[in-house]
Amino acid sequence: MQTVKMVITGPFSAGKTEFIRSISEIEVVSTEREITTPAEKRQKDVTTVAMDFGRITVDDDLVLYLFGTPGQRRFDFMWEILAEGMLGFVVMVDSSKPETFREAKSILETFRAYAPTPYVVAANKQDHPDAWSADDLRIALRIEEGVKLLPCVAKDKESVKNVLLELLYSILEEMDT
Amino acid sequence: MPLKGELRDFSTTQLLNLINLAGKTGTLTIFKANKTGEFEEVNGKKREKITAGPERAKVSFRTGKLIYAMMDDQDGNLVSVLNKAGKLTDEQARIIRERAKNTADKALALLLINANYVSQNDVVSCIQQHTLDVVYNLLSWNQEPFRFDDDVLPDNNRIQVPIDLENVIIEGARRIREIEELNQHLPNLDMALKFPENPKEKFKGIHLSVEEWRVVSFVNPKNSIRQIAKANNMSEIEIRRIVYGLEQAGLVELVKPPGMEQSVAAKTTRRPAPAKPQVQKVVVNRLIDKIRSI
Repeated sequence: MQTVKMVITGPFSAGKTEFIRSISEIEVVSTEREITTPAEKRQKDVTTVAMDFGRITVDDDLVLYLFGTPGQRRFDFMWEILAEGMLGFVVMVDSSKPETFREAKSILETFRAYAPTPYVVAANKQDHPDAWSADDLRIALRIEEGVKLLPCVAKDKESVKNVLLELLYSILEEMDT
Repeated sequence: MPLKGELRDFSTTQLLNLINLAGKTGTLTIFKANKTGEFEEVNGKKREKITAGPERAKVSFRTGKLIYAMMDDQDGNLVSVLNKAGKLTDEQARIIRERAKNTADKALALLLINANYVSQNDVVSCIQQHTLDVVYNLLSWNQEPFRFDDDVLPDNNRIQVPIDLENVIIEGARRIREIEELNQHLPNLDMALKFPENPKEKFKGIHLSVEEWRVVSFVNPKNSIRQIAKANNMSEIEIRRIVYGLEQAGLVELVKPPGMEQSVAAKTTRRPAPAKPQVQKVVVNRLIDKIRSI
């Protein structure tokens, strides 16, 4: 059986776990832990310490695994391990939190350095009243024109499907070139 | 929906760049940063939470061009702007303010031009310079909460002079570099100043500006630079620029407090990039079909 892997990365609280949960056919094998620092606890109660793990079975011969990286920098030793052999990656950005944009850009550059695979940027939480539009985010994050920056609501399955499909189309395009 | 954020995360220059590239129309409002005493962790670092206080500045744009700017603590009306630029004397400004206090800027500009107080060119260039001064001042702000409201524009009675943002951004970046260099040279305003040996000889034949003399008059190892700035009502940038000039000319020396060594950030090493996975096109197409069908 062939397995392929995609990585869902992004800063702390960008919505990576939610993204995988929306599309995975299995209950996400989540390694979430209760948050210990008061500052982070204000944002959410649990966080991913090593990785989230979701699965989409295509048929008996092919399975897609989705790996979510932990957002906090103190776990970045895990990123390179998760990046190995990935088909492509999604960088999740919380569109309503400009304080995380710099970190998102830094994570994007780090993953690009790990592997020259296609990637897309998901402008998550577009349903939030303070969300920056995808067009504004492209300028704010200095994302090149050729890279897809997609509006996203991670809890909405159709939105997640769209992000994954666009990533797969980018992978196909790269194979053609 | 408005763009909201804090300048410590997204700088004024970045905002101007965004507004320019997106060709936005609207008004950027910058608020006083009110410290809350609560802390938050952002990108692994602890920092104090801030909330938006009263408005400090407003800058308006039309299709990506700067058209108007005002500071909350400055009277930005036409008479004040012309007075500050030396186009109207203090006495003229006082009389015009008294007689035309209910006249809008546009109407007042016409009256002043017709009465030969100023030319149209004077009005345009003074307003333009005032707008730029406000924006350049904003470039040194690095904490404040901001909000950009699409399609909100200043009231029509204000004189709006469109200015291309490219040059403002370039000049802004140059000024930021200058500020960074000054900050690097003088990282701690709690340092003090002292005169060098034989100050009389050093000062012989030197022509100082009024601001420089004001700083020199406070030089004493007991006075911190911050205190000197406060006593002279100078901003951090102004005092840094003056102290830098005086120090480069050998007229003052910095008295460094102990323990100022900077830590050197640890460099991380990275493994070489792994090889790309060998996946065939047919596999990707099967994945696409599957995800479409979910």
